[in-house]
Amino acid sequence: MTARRRTRAGSARIRFGFAVIAVYVVAAAIGPWLFRYNPVDTRTADRLKPPFTRLSDGSFAIFGTDQVGQDLFAQMLQGARISIAVGLATLVLAGTIGVTIGLAAGYFGGWLDGVLMRLADIQLAFPSILLAIFIAALLGPSVVNVVIVLAVANWVTFARVARGQALATRRREFVDASRTLGAGTWRLITRCVLPACVAPVLVVATVEIGHVILAEASLSFLGLGTPASTPSWGVTIANGRNYLADAWWISTIPGIALAFLVISLGVLGDALRDRYDPRLRSL
Amino acid sequence: MALLSVRDLRVEFATSGGVVTAVDGASFDVGAGETVALLGESGSGKSVTAQAVMGIVPKPAGRIPSGSISYDSKDLLAPGVAKGLRGREIAMVFQDPLSSLNPVFRVGAQIGEMFRRHRGASRREARAAALDLMKRVGIPAASKRLDDYPHQFSGGMRQRVMIAMALALSPRLLIADEPTTALDVTVQAQIMDLLTRLQAEEGMSLVLITHDLGVVAGVADRVILMYAGRVVETGPLREVYEHSGHPYTSGLMASIPALEGPRDRLVPIQGSPPDLLDLPSGCSFRPRCQYADEQCAEVEPVLRQLPDRASTHQAACHHPEGVLTDVH
Repeated sequence: MTARRRTRAGSARIRFGFAVIAVYVVAAAIGPWLFRYNPVDTRTADRLKPPFTRLSDGSFAIFGTDQVGQDLFAQMLQGARISIAVGLATLVLAGTIGVTIGLAAGYFGGWLDGVLMRLADIQLAFPSILLAIFIAALLGPSVVNVVIVLAVANWVTFARVARGQALATRRREFVDASRTLGAGTWRLITRCVLPACVAPVLVVATVEIGHVILAEASLSFLGLGTPASTPSWGVTIANGRNYLADAWWISTIPGIALAFLVISLGVLGDALRDRYDPRLRSL
Repeated sequence: MALLSVRDLRVEFATSGGVVTAVDGASFDVGAGETVALLGESGSGKSVTAQAVMGIVPKPAGRIPSGSISYDSKDLLAPGVAKGLRGREIAMVFQDPLSSLNPVFRVGAQIGEMFRRHRGASRREARAAALDLMKRVGIPAASKRLDDYPHQFSGGMRQRVMIAMALALSPRLLIADEPTTALDVTVQAQIMDLLTRLQAEEGMSLVLITHDLGVVAGVADRVILMYAGRVVETGPLREVYEHSGHPYTSGLMASIPALEGPRDRLVPIQGSPPDLLDLPSGCSFRPRCQYADEQCAEVEPVLRQLPDRASTHQAACHHPEGVLTDVH
């Protein structure tokens, strides 16, 4: 009975997390088709209108408008697309690099492990936002560069988890058994060690994606992320900063949307970890 | 000519307490089609010997500084040689069948993979071959169980799956490392029956590693006894059991409870197994041996033929006469 209850740990949190994230993903996927957003469009008559205003063209601005008269809701839908796309792309890139390095370090050990893990330590010792600013300044602002920057700043977590799993798995008896039955190194890694990494890496990914989305917004806020033509939430929040006194909604509403997404991802990540992390599972 | 020939094998492990010599100059042969039991208690080096033969001694802690292992005139210790033979020519069955099966793949796929990988079989062919094998090793309702995961099997059935994988490519040598230790006594007998039946059908050589003298009694042609990394006695099963030439062997025999006759107290072997980091000089069994004298402390005994016994029966003891006469 207890085992059954334990495997269901955090069901409510997992459902909540998935539901919120699903809403964001659907909004990001189809929203920009329903509410067109043109970054170079300016409508001075509709500048800085508060939420729930009917605009001059008869449309209804549920979140109000920004300093150039753009509908904030359409802008945020566009921003959701960028934030989520950047988050996913970064995870795939950082995850691929991190898991590859972690598996190599953990499985082969020896000097390779030493070199790769010292590299990871150096990476961790460096404040990641500083590193991101440095690389972004070097490469210039673009969506692809943001992904590269964030991947560089985030691969270490994946590498550590994958290395830990590889270390734990490689001396398991079934790995030796596979080897005695003729499996080569590549097969041992892909069939025995890699599958053992999947669950913990997915858990880490859910926790990390929140950080990545937040980091992307921070970079964009600082002007080192996505260019102004692709309005991620960070850009919108930065734009609204000068109007906080008269038009609070420009910064506040995307900020709340961002916070809610990141919190949901965090809740989901924690719940998944509670459910799948073997270290938290009592024996 | 012997199929497997181990000569003066040494295997060392670097530990925090120093270098442990797990196998110290072991030599033995296994002939084609022969069943050999490798006996010894925990830490005697029997499993490490098997690991050395399979080329899976844990690196970098373990190393093989000297000795040779040849299989069918091929040097197994040469780089790359063992890899080509594993699975096809030499296979191994492990002690704990749950931990030696990959938990994330279905057993049918795991068995079938042997055919896909080594024989280039298609998915369908591999599945059919896996089903045949599962039937051969006596798994009931094999076609239903093909898509089950290892944790859904009982211990005995898991060991059958493991044996099926090991036998997939009809190897000529099967090493079974304590294949029945993790199983119930009744299941032990079934697995031993299965192994001997398959061995007879395939005509392969079988090396049975165990600490249980009873398990091999009805099965092995020959026994090799190890103590503290050395071979202390070797010979035909009946010879060794009935005319033990080494005090360790006779001590083991004396410590088996008799099923019939008066129930005396069991006679244990005095003392405890030696610390491999701090072996006694000369004969490692010396501190536990009633026959030990100065010669035993100075000269390490080598395997030699026992007086008045067959040339195949050898023991590494300075005083085999005493052992032979005292017991029998």
